[in-house]
Amino acid sequence: MADLTRLTAAQTAEAIASGETSAVDVAQAHLDRIDAIDEKVHAFLHVDTEGALAAARAVDAKRAKGEELGPLAGVPLALKDIFTTEGVPTTVGSKILDGWIPPYDATLTRRLKEAGVVILGKTNMDEFAMGSSTENSAFGPTGNPWDLTRIPGGSGGGSSAALASFQAPLAIGTDTGGSIRQPAAVTGTVGVKPTYGAVSRYGMVAFSSSLDQGGPCARTVLDAALLHEAIAGHDPLDSTSVDAPVPAVVEAARNGDVRGLRVGVVKEFGGEGYQDGVMTRFHESVELLRELGAEIVEVSCPSFTYALAAYYLIAPSECSSNLARFDAMRYGLRVGDDGTHSAEEVTALTREAGFGAEVKRRIMLGTYALSSGYYDAYYGSAQKVRTLITRDFERAFGDVDVLVSPTTPTTAFPIGERADDPMAMYLADLCTIPSNLAGNAAMSLPCGLAPEDGLPVGLQIIAPALADDRLYRVGAAVESAFIARWGHPLLEEAPTL
Amino acid sequence: MTVTDDLVSYEDALASYDPVMGLEVHVELGTRTKMFCGCSTELGAEPNSQVCPTCLGLPGSLPVVNAVGVESAIKIGLALNCEIAQWCRFARKNYFYPDMPKNFQTSQYDEPIAFNGYLDVALEDGEVFRVEIERAHMEEDTGKSTHIGGATGRIHGASHSLLDYNRAGIPLIEIVTKPIEGAGERAPEVARAYVAELRELIRALGVSEARMEMGQMRCDVNLSLRPHGTEKFGTRSETKNVNSLRSVERAARFEIQRHAAVLSGGGTIIQETRHFHEEDGSTTSGRIKEEAEDYRYFPEPDLVPVAPSREWVEELRATLPELPRVRRERLREEWGISDHEMQSVLNAGAIDLIVATVDAGAPADQARKWWMGELARRSNEDGVELAALPITPAQVARVCALVAEGKLNDKLARQVIEGVLAGEGDPDQVVDKRGLAVVSDEGALGAAVDEAIAGNPGIADKIRDGKVAAAGALVGAVMKATRGQADAARVRELILERLGVQG
Ligand SMILES: [Zn+2]
Repeated sequence: MADLTRLTAAQTAEAIASGETSAVDVAQAHLDRIDAIDEKVHAFLHVDTEGALAAARAVDAKRAKGEELGPLAGVPLALKDIFTTEGVPTTVGSKILDGWIPPYDATLTRRLKEAGVVILGKTNMDEFAMGSSTENSAFGPTGNPWDLTRIPGGSGGGSSAALASFQAPLAIGTDTGGSIRQPAAVTGTVGVKPTYGAVSRYGMVAFSSSLDQGGPCARTVLDAALLHEAIAGHDPLDSTSVDAPVPAVVEAARNGDVRGLRVGVVKEFGGEGYQDGVMTRFHESVELLRELGAEIVEVSCPSFTYALAAYYLIAPSECSSNLARFDAMRYGLRVGDDGTHSAEEVTALTREAGFGAEVKRRIMLGTYALSSGYYDAYYGSAQKVRTLITRDFERAFGDVDVLVSPTTPTTAFPIGERADDPMAMYLADLCTIPSNLAGNAAMSLPCGLAPEDGLPVGLQIIAPALADDRLYRVGAAVESAFIARWGHPLLEEAPTL
Repeated sequence: MTVTDDLVSYEDALASYDPVMGLEVHVELGTRTKMFCGCSTELGAEPNSQVCPTCLGLPGSLPVVNAVGVESAIKIGLALNCEIAQWCRFARKNYFYPDMPKNFQTSQYDEPIAFNGYLDVALEDGEVFRVEIERAHMEEDTGKSTHIGGATGRIHGASHSLLDYNRAGIPLIEIVTKPIEGAGERAPEVARAYVAELRELIRALGVSEARMEMGQMRCDVNLSLRPHGTEKFGTRSETKNVNSLRSVERAARFEIQRHAAVLSGGGTIIQETRHFHEEDGSTTSGRIKEEAEDYRYFPEPDLVPVAPSREWVEELRATLPELPRVRRERLREEWGISDHEMQSVLNAGAIDLIVATVDAGAPADQARKWWMGELARRSNEDGVELAALPITPAQVARVCALVAEGKLNDKLARQVIEGVLAGEGDPDQVVDKRGLAVVSDEGALGAAVDEAIAGNPGIADKIRDGKVAAAGALVGAVMKATRGQADAARVRELILERLGVQG
């Protein structure tokens, strides 16, 4: 059999189910690949060789007994290190959780295991998912497989890099302001932020509870849909999880079609700060959609201008509270416990040593924004902006079926370029943040390479809440048209590692 | 505890100042599981044996609201004549403390589940005082710290602390009064009566056992003074964790005297929390609130709003039991006793016991006589609550029945009660074992009477002369001879009959 790491998830599952290969062989091929190249990429923080092989053996045993296998049985996956895994370290990219072995599985972890998915390990990320480059990881940056001196996006850069470097056909990300879509865009992969509440947050370490959403990452739209279906669905352990049937995303991904669809182009996304090559590829995508039979409409969402500002009040506010629990009392790092310090001092010393600069910055921002006397002006106003943005979307979706935009204003920037300029870093999420604030569904998929730097550009598709299937129907149509035009998937053009 | 504060006499304090109180009561609900997870709430378990990712605040864990907790909160709100919110949210109260797993308490802030109510409380003399309720809201308890190595068990001087999270996440309802004004010198009594009434109410609703000694009900007493004739509230002190009815009254009284001393000495009251000391009824300064603590409340994003339907609220209203004060008034009338007597019954914790004894067939006056007499005395002597005595209302009712049937007299009945309390079995078994039945054999009784008359000729003559009252002495002699096992009334009849006198 050809290189098992080059198969899609759907092909892999098929090959295992038909007996063409075994889950153990597939897992081993990926573990070998990780062994060979991850030193260069640094996509993984922890590789669970034993666990992966055991899960693969279980799938093979099931097949040997003639039991039916699920659509992703035996397919390897790279899990963002923000989901708890019983018995396997979970750090959230932070020193403060260094050494913590969770005693429980996240609902998402449990569902993956039940689906027979083989979890290879935990991927690198910006500390507590705060960042757009994975440079904020306490364990060092991850390289973009297209150019290892550039960022793979963030916060889920480990997951996107693992996909783009063929270390795993599937990965899990979380998206609070774009942490699934932006890494997908800059690595030439597919990433979906499902509707808020579609995927359980139980066991996903919280950054900003009202914005955080786990979702699928893959190299193809269909693979993302298969993974979406495996992880979505109501969870009684998460009060905010949607209690409704999961949209038929796999069916949609198998039936890409945009004929008669009304597609809105958001006027506010573009112009100053947007890289020329990104806009070139975006406009080509819009033309492609028109050629495929979609009707293109320009829409205006004026409140989007305030999205970034609102986001940087709401997310830090919630994080300042969510991260208060890291106090050295019950788990993780403990500094200064030498009999000379009080409990309060141990907490302070631990937080000082355990949190990175960006995390501290956001905790301070949020603490300030929630302070009495400032609450109305900051957190309160931000919530009002959030409502206005939601209304802008509602108005737009009254006219169109989906919205499209570039996923990010620029292609992958060099590691270190924006590390000392938080505002420049925050701009990477300009186009993705509105969907988090409104809680709707959005996808990023590759739409070509920017002419000036030869780096991947992402097309963002946004659908109303609970209409996640539209993303896949549109995404699949665009994907197959582009592949037909290019003659091969975009990732084929990535350098060999 | 050395009291360094100067006090003025209570009378002098009240002569110059008018107290204003605010009472905050936390009630631990008796739900089977915690407020936001499925852990057991059973008391007395091994430390940290009733915990899970959620109540330990482990990374990634999420809360889920306990529906029974919400139901209990609504019941309490309705019983306190509150409005019930159509829609309300939980909020995070952010502050750091090692026994608080998430370093925020999931509570409610400006959207409490119940608000704007009142509770009428009866004072000792039957006067009814209306205490207005500001709000009742849902929240979760913290864990428990045990400080090791310090002299007093307090954190000061301790070498280390142990944390038990079994209590973390147990549902709490915090009930806050509006400022209680106009109680005057009766303010401490009102405070006590309010907490007592609230406790009865909580128990009647079946939402908590509200045992203060177990920490299931805890009270903070906020108090300020203002000069007579003025409207503006003075600066208040907040005496935390006052955990018995008597302490609530004493804490309020102490603070009135202390505030008055400070104010009349030209000083100012510092807004601070204070600790109450059971030993001498004093309070001492805790933490000074230089500026209002900033809890940075914001709506809890991990929980969806609570929106109790009006139908559900009305269903719950329909299931509310008779409220304690109404019930007490009904029973007082049925039993034909005074307000004051009823208050004693209440204070003794005897209402339910008497009701149960009556339900088991005893006349109300007899039931009350035993519980408030012999048994109350025993409970005092043994230092246990009345309800904890090893005797059931059914057993007391049986004793009453044996007396009514003439099988026991009062003295024997007391011995039977004693036997039951000593674990000798049911009343009938005690009667058998101790041989306590009244001597009803007329022949034996006649002989004893004859013997008594013969042995006391002087007294017999007096009776023959019409001094019927003297018969008591002969009755006593017969009772002595029968070791108390005779029916005294029958003995008296026989004596008068033998001596040819009309009774
Ligand atoms: Zn628990």
